[in-house]
Amino acid sequence: MSDTGTRTGLTVLDEVFATARAENRAALIGYLPTGYPTVAGSKGLLAQTLDAGADLLEVGLPYSDPVLDGPVIQHAVETALRGGVRTRDTLEVVESIAARGGRAVVMTYWNPILRYGVEAFARDLAAAGGLGLITPDLVPDEAAGWLDAADRYALGRTFLVAPSSTEQRLASTAAATTGFVYAASTMGVTGARDAVSDTAPALVERTRRHTDLPIGVGLGVRSGAQAGEVARFADGVIVGSALVSAAEHGRAAVARLATELAAGVRGNHTGR
Amino acid sequence: MTADGAQRLPTASDGLTRHDHDPDVGGHFGRFGGRYMPEALIAAVDEVAAEYDKARQDPTFLAELDRLQRDYAGRPSPVTEARRLSEHAGGATILLKREDLNHTGSHKINNVLGQALLTVRMGKTRVIAETGAGQHGVATATAAALLGLECVVYMGEVDTERQALNVARMRLLGAEVVPVTTGSRTLKDALNEAYRDWVSSVEHTHYVLGTAAGPHPFPMMVRDFHRVIGLEARAQVLASHGRLPDAVLACVGGGSNAIGIFHPFLDDTAVRLVGCEAAGDGVDTGRHAASITGGSPGALHGALTYVLQDEDGQTVESHSISAGLDYPGVGPEHSYLAEIGRAEYVPVTDTEAMDAFRLLCRTEGIIPAIETAHAIAGALRLGRELGPDATLLVNLSGRGDKDVETAARWFEVVDPAALPTTEPVPDDAAAGEREL
Repeated sequence: MSDTGTRTGLTVLDEVFATARAENRAALIGYLPTGYPTVAGSKGLLAQTLDAGADLLEVGLPYSDPVLDGPVIQHAVETALRGGVRTRDTLEVVESIAARGGRAVVMTYWNPILRYGVEAFARDLAAAGGLGLITPDLVPDEAAGWLDAADRYALGRTFLVAPSSTEQRLASTAAATTGFVYAASTMGVTGARDAVSDTAPALVERTRRHTDLPIGVGLGVRSGAQAGEVARFADGVIVGSALVSAAEHGRAAVARLATELAAGVRGNHTGR
Repeated sequence: MTADGAQRLPTASDGLTRHDHDPDVGGHFGRFGGRYMPEALIAAVDEVAAEYDKARQDPTFLAELDRLQRDYAGRPSPVTEARRLSEHAGGATILLKREDLNHTGSHKINNVLGQALLTVRMGKTRVIAETGAGQHGVATATAAALLGLECVVYMGEVDTERQALNVARMRLLGAEVVPVTTGSRTLKDALNEAYRDWVSSVEHTHYVLGTAAGPHPFPMMVRDFHRVIGLEARAQVLASHGRLPDAVLACVGGGSNAIGIFHPFLDDTAVRLVGCEAAGDGVDTGRHAASITGGSPGALHGALTYVLQDEDGQTVESHSISAGLDYPGVGPEHSYLAEIGRAEYVPVTDTEAMDAFRLLCRTEGIIPAIETAHAIAGALRLGRELGPDATLLVNLSGRGDKDVETAARWFEVVDPAALPTTEPVPDDAAAGEREL
């Protein structure tokens, strides 16, 4: 069992950010999908990311139509699905992270959850030691069932905000969010980019006017230097595609990148 | 009838008037529809919804739509009584709404002209579209050429290879065709790629969705641009036969031609509305595209609707000889009409559809699209059931020029060696021409 004891998922999620804040740094949030290259392999890669200093893991639930993902993550989830990955495998991966003392949320497109049953998934995620969900294609407008279930099982519900979000939508989205807000910093799909978008600081600043929740910034971070840059204005640095790319080269590559990123969010990155 | 004997028919702009069957503000038809999509695109669909709301009340926009529909697309389309086909349908009167006679050869132009005009109104300069066989792609490229818009069409790589002629058509019209190499490399993946483009380009780009599906306002807006089909047909049948039909039939893939002809009959509760879904090899074989008959509610490509999915909610690949019906989802309003029982949805197999295809060719001298042949098959079945007193209105949604090669293979009417080289497997031939 994890060290979370009887505390709820949401409480633990809040602590992840409180701890980072107390250390005057941003939290490192690392994404890898279940089942890439295999279910056991993804457990190993996530454990590696955790041990290298990630504060929170985002376990991706593979979906056949990932409209918000770029080529790297598309390829990984296609591989996972071809390998026969199931929804329950993601719960098993979450459990393995919790057993290791790590913290994990699930990143998922909405249809697999609808199909599993929103209430049932919330129950089973909480039982597995998961802290919440990030829902890239579910906006609060359609989330009534999930808002209730998340409350009932004390799970974090992370919705996304985007540069195109109006003030009104930033406010309503932040109001529906618990745990942390995910600022999708560029108008585009996931994928590592050479430069961190200059829209990211502006989006974080606009979002802060509507909420005191921590704000994680994702879409495009691939180096310790970039992580350091984002850490200066965000509470969490979310890295996905770069880790998946590293995973193509094996565990050592993932560990190396995660270590660099963990140093980056602490302002200790080399380079630049 | 007017004094000079000409019939004054409703026009395209009449399809855009507000009515009691609009969805709620969030785009819900009952529990279906809505917006299951990334926040990054919400502002874009909000903009489309707001602009469409203004446009549908703007006399200048409505007049321009009517002018293009009349002078460019050739509306109104006629209704043809299929007298010889009737003998094979229990003697029932069969009336064909001739959308095949529109410019570009199908109903698709109704929607595309409307959305292209809306694009100009929004001050955007680029349109994107998804396509399978290329019918919607060709229609979008046509409207883009007419209005001077940049046009990019996403098409699965499998489809671009097998539908080289439609790729050439789009390129002749000035469009860029992008082969999609992800996933199953067919229509579903072309849709995903169009969404990915739109997230990055929304400032200057409008996504011309090809059917009455996707996030709000598309199911409502695309329906409204196609309502002219049913408005005209209702008036035409009343004028020519002095009565309403007993049933209105249409094929349903995404469902835009069906919702267009059904909608003006929703309040005529005695009129049966029958959607003909593609049953491929048969719904019980699992190789089909009948989302309502053989699927279950789920969220796909922006809406809650009936989809073909496995027990984990992963989208299942669809199968149909008909390109345009070969899609694992359906417009949300059809899911709603099915659930409340106002419309019925019946499966039609590849074989039934191709039999109806041949029959229409030989009895009426009309080569229909294979999509449309599913509706003809439904009408033959219903006519035999109801008998000679019945009057059936069928949406002849498109012409079959694009399907000649598939049909030639199916009926083996030419030496296979004379046909372009594609894998001569029936299913592959079907996969090569998907179209929403």
